[in-house]
Amino acid sequence: MKTDIENIEIDLFLEAVFKCYGYDFRHYARASLKRRIKKLIKKNGYKRINDMTSDILHDRSFFLKVVYDFSITVTEMFRDPSFYRNLREKIIPYLKTYPFIKIWHAGCATGEEVYSLAILLKEEGIYNKTTIFATDFNGDALETARQGIYSLKDMQTYTTNYQKAGGKASFADYYHAKYKSAIMSNALSQNVTFANHNLVTDSIFGEMHLILCRNVLIYFNRELQNRVLSLFNESLVKKGFLALGSKESIQFSSLENDFKPIDKKNKIFQKIKQANI
Amino acid sequence: MMHQIKLNLKEFKCIVIGVSAGGMEALSKLLASLPADFPLSVIIVQHLHKTSTGYYLEYYNEKCSLFVKEAEQNETIKAGNIYFAPPDYHLLVEDNETLILSSDEKVNYSRPSIDILFESAADAYREKLIGIILTGANNDGDEGMRIIKQKGGFTIAQNPLEAEFPVMPQSAIDTGTIDLILTLNEIINELIKRYK
Repeated sequence: MKTDIENIEIDLFLEAVFKCYGYDFRHYARASLKRRIKKLIKKNGYKRINDMTSDILHDRSFFLKVVYDFSITVTEMFRDPSFYRNLREKIIPYLKTYPFIKIWHAGCATGEEVYSLAILLKEEGIYNKTTIFATDFNGDALETARQGIYSLKDMQTYTTNYQKAGGKASFADYYHAKYKSAIMSNALSQNVTFANHNLVTDSIFGEMHLILCRNVLIYFNRELQNRVLSLFNESLVKKGFLALGSKESIQFSSLENDFKPIDKKNKIFQKIKQANI
Repeated sequence: MMHQIKLNLKEFKCIVIGVSAGGMEALSKLLASLPADFPLSVIIVQHLHKTSTGYYLEYYNEKCSLFVKEAEQNETIKAGNIYFAPPDYHLLVEDNETLILSSDEKVNYSRPSIDILFESAADAYREKLIGIILTGANNDGDEGMRIIKQKGGFTIAQNPLEAEFPVMPQSAIDTGTIDLILTLNEIINELIKRYK
């Protein structure tokens, strides 16, 4: 019985957050969400979810403090190096044929993968004709992304990742170390527009040649996954590319027939015109 | 205390197992003993290095009569299948008995974390869940076992005296929420003989 009441409390909490502030977490995968809510309760010293819901409704500043806890910001540079290697080898040659390139990195969190992408584009000589839109709903994470300052101690792992991803230069050329921080080179963010965008409630904002959205869909339920995939489908040019996280797939989604896999293992897909099937 | 509690497999739907990297041998012995018509689903978190490839699946599949696979996003859990959490992802059970993954922060220095699987499975299966902690060197799983017990499930820890790394089962036992402390052979006997 207790669990059932807990589920009701979670429903009420999500409804309150949506109705009061417009953030819609109602279609997030439930088990991960439940865990995160329970963590919040503990962290803020509540006994029940309902007690927190009440404070959320009446205290905007408290809401703003907790909302970002619902976004997962775990990421790293060149995360899954084989993905970046294959992006470089299979997709970049195709992108090179365009006079200008637009890339949307949806759910970029603290930006590590945006800088990874920028490095890759630089090394392939197409950075200057590319615009990258890096978006997230988490304003704090986005600010970190914009600043491009990371912990120096992570750079060792990132260097290894970079090399495994087929990096052509020395990774150290892309940042300078100051105290315990690594400051990413300004040249990498020149063509990047960081913007607040919520995949659940906002719509598309342009025609893209490549969309990266990695390890975001796993937090959504099927219905929301389908909705967001449709958003990507609408947003891509004909024959545009979509890159998902290593455990995400378009297979079994309602968009399955609108894309074909280019690299099954690394989850790179290409939009195909439905009439051609 | 041993064997006073009767374990009737008919009352259960799912077994979750937590084991750390060094537990390959113990785990494969246990999994290999399960017959092809085993009626429960088995979901496992083994602490593996994040770059581990699928070789461990081949290894287990070779030894087992049940189908061993890596859990996939949104997959419906089937009786008689053995699911592993993919390296570097947490694995959770939804209330509608599907599996979901997450790349949240590490828990107990681990991703996948035993606690995360066990807690969500306890919510989904309640009294129809058996939790087993095998050999391991940290205390991941303590909280999970506590919650399995709290929701009415059944809890088993490998006897620390025979475990290669006794810390994890001992730590689970110290929570005071373990129904049975058994050697590996006794666990196998419980699961198979009770079932037959």
